[in-house]
Amino acid sequence: MANAPQTFDANFLSRLDAIIARYPRSRSAIMPMLHLVQAREGFVTAEGIEVIAKKLDLTTAEVHAVASFYTQYRRTPAGEYHVGVCTNTLCAIMGGDAIFAGLKDHLGIENNERTADGKVSLEHIECNAACDYAPVVMVNWEFFDNQTVESATTLVDDLRAGKKPAPTRGPDSVPTFKEASEVLAGFNDGRANEGIQAGEPTLLGLKIAKGERK
Amino acid sequence: MSKLTPVLSAHWDERDSHTLAGYQRHGGYNAMKKALAMDPDAVIQMVKDSGLRGRGGAGFPTGNKWGFIPQGDNKDHYLVVNADESEPGTCKDTPLLMANPHVLVEGVIIASYAIRAKHAFIYIRGEVTHVTRRMLQAIEDAYKAGFLGKNILGKGFDLELTLHIGAGAYICGEETALLDSLEGFRGQPRLRPPFPAIAGLYARPTVVNNVESIASVPAIVEKGAEWFASLGTEKSKGFTLYSLSGHVNNPGQFEAPLGITLRELLELAGGVRTGHRLKFWTPGGSSTPIFTDAHLDTPLDYESVSAAGSMLGTKALQIFDETTCVLRAVLRWTEFYKHESCGKCTPCREGTWWLVQILRDLENGKGSEADLAKLLDICDNLLGRSFCALGDGAASPIMSSIKYFRDEYIAHLTHGGCLFDPVASTLFASSKAGA
Ligand SMILES: Cc1cc2nc3c(=O)[nH]c(=O)nc-3n(C[C@H](O)[C@H](O)[C@H](O)COP(=O)(O)O)c2cc1C
Ligand code: SF4
Ligand code: FES
Repeated sequence: MANAPQTFDANFLSRLDAIIARYPRSRSAIMPMLHLVQAREGFVTAEGIEVIAKKLDLTTAEVHAVASFYTQYRRTPAGEYHVGVCTNTLCAIMGGDAIFAGLKDHLGIENNERTADGKVSLEHIECNAACDYAPVVMVNWEFFDNQTVESATTLVDDLRAGKKPAPTRGPDSVPTFKEASEVLAGFNDGRANEGIQAGEPTLLGLKIAKGERK
Repeated sequence: MSKLTPVLSAHWDERDSHTLAGYQRHGGYNAMKKALAMDPDAVIQMVKDSGLRGRGGAGFPTGNKWGFIPQGDNKDHYLVVNADESEPGTCKDTPLLMANPHVLVEGVIIASYAIRAKHAFIYIRGEVTHVTRRMLQAIEDAYKAGFLGKNILGKGFDLELTLHIGAGAYICGEETALLDSLEGFRGQPRLRPPFPAIAGLYARPTVVNNVESIASVPAIVEKGAEWFASLGTEKSKGFTLYSLSGHVNNPGQFEAPLGITLRELLELAGGVRTGHRLKFWTPGGSSTPIFTDAHLDTPLDYESVSAAGSMLGTKALQIFDETTCVLRAVLRWTEFYKHESCGKCTPCREGTWWLVQILRDLENGKGSEADLAKLLDICDNLLGRSFCALGDGAASPIMSSIKYFRDEYIAHLTHGGCLFDPVASTLFASSKAGA
């Protein structure tokens, strides 16, 4: 374990430095660094904690205390596609509970577990700021809006079959968990211009105001 | 004629609305040019005169907040934009940033110039990958255009802008927890005073504002404080985004002057789900006490909603029809607060745990009427006695639902469980009914 951080290559280490450079004080870099560890490992590994501690001159306990506070930092590997079903009140009532039950049943896994092929992990999530598109499913934190039990089942089947479906509002194809984590570490993957700028509910008021819809 | 006033949303229907070119086609970044030619104090005065109030929930006057930043103190100042949007029901900042991240960047430049900040941060929640991409791209493009960085527009004003991405913690939307999180700690609220305006990020004078508040600034600078103040009501000025979700025929975003009513908004949203009627709704997210059909004509401005016993909050109007079990809805929100409680103070950490236990039992028909009193008693220990407003928020759905739907709580006891069919409330049920 003592040598573990050496398993991180120079490119990875230089990106940690790039993250530190964004902030007036280095400790602020801890969250994007944890996202970057997930981009490489699929979860927050002990080695990842160690390399961050070393870079920021903190103890591993201090880094761990931060990592364990935030639900997006995982202690176990995510699937290649991490599927989150919103079961906060509004989505739950609009069908989120049925979707989550349906997916558990279809995949044969429980909350926060992963399919044996490593393709899909499942989690019930809180309100994802898309209530006007309820019920909402997120894959690697990309929006799959207005889902049904059937559409969500097809979605996870497609993901397991290696197809890369397009989110409703997102890039042309869904990224992997590791690719998405890299964006969440603040590294632009150049895909910002893919996908629509807004869905129909977002535009509803505008279209009514312009007389294009009633 | 509808009352709608698309300003922020005016060009969201254009395919490239999120790009620099799309934004500049309609005068984007002209307000920045105008502001940078003004005295910073005059910009603050302009925002004060407009009457703009914070859109993050509390409605504090934005210009006044900026005015609290001590000037000439030789300290670094910071602007921090709160893009954590996680309050259940709230879904306005996220589509705004997806459709037009540049309006926020422009607002950040103007606000930073006004409060003399040289480094600004946008704290965005971690669960919105595509919005994060668009923000990263917009910031990159603004740097390339010379709107960020050194000596902006040759005016000698320097500004760095950093996007900070969260990792799934509702409490980090609370402004002092957000600052701790941004400093690289667990996101737990700080004792106030000192307020962020005196000792905020890195203990330096800091303004924390919501996305929509800052995004409203370019239009105010462009069109003037009088224009903005001419919209809305006497004390709740301007326009804002109302988000309708749930059991309505056409959910979505509606930009309208403050003071519009739910009745008017429902009409625009095609009404409550066909064949059903309104049962209860939240005016501003799950932390605001629920309303019923008795409040259809309450003007949705800060004062009127408070006078009617709730809060305007984030204008997240979640609509539930008569197929919804109020106890199920309230339990789920309470589970959310329990999960998101940061654990710093006892009333909230322990109280939310007990609330969940009691509500679960009641949902299953276990317990007695005395448990309602116990719920209210625990809420009483949360409301106003918690370290931060998350605890107050946790009490709101419970207290208000018992006020309006006590009979339904009791019915769970006499019936030995829930009387509602969960299938009837789903979207699938309504699409079948509509077919
Ligand atoms: C638990 C909790 C969560 C909050 N979440 C948010 C949020 O996601 N976005 C936001 O702008 N304000 C949020 N707030 C309010 C902020 O503390 C703060 O009042 C606001 O960002 C100030 O901006 P404004 O004056 O522009 O409204 C939250 C408050 C609490 C207590
Ligand atoms: S009220 Fe809850 S969230 Fe706020 S400080 Fe106390 S424990 Fe933390
Ligand atoms: S409740 Fe599911 S996105 Fe808001």
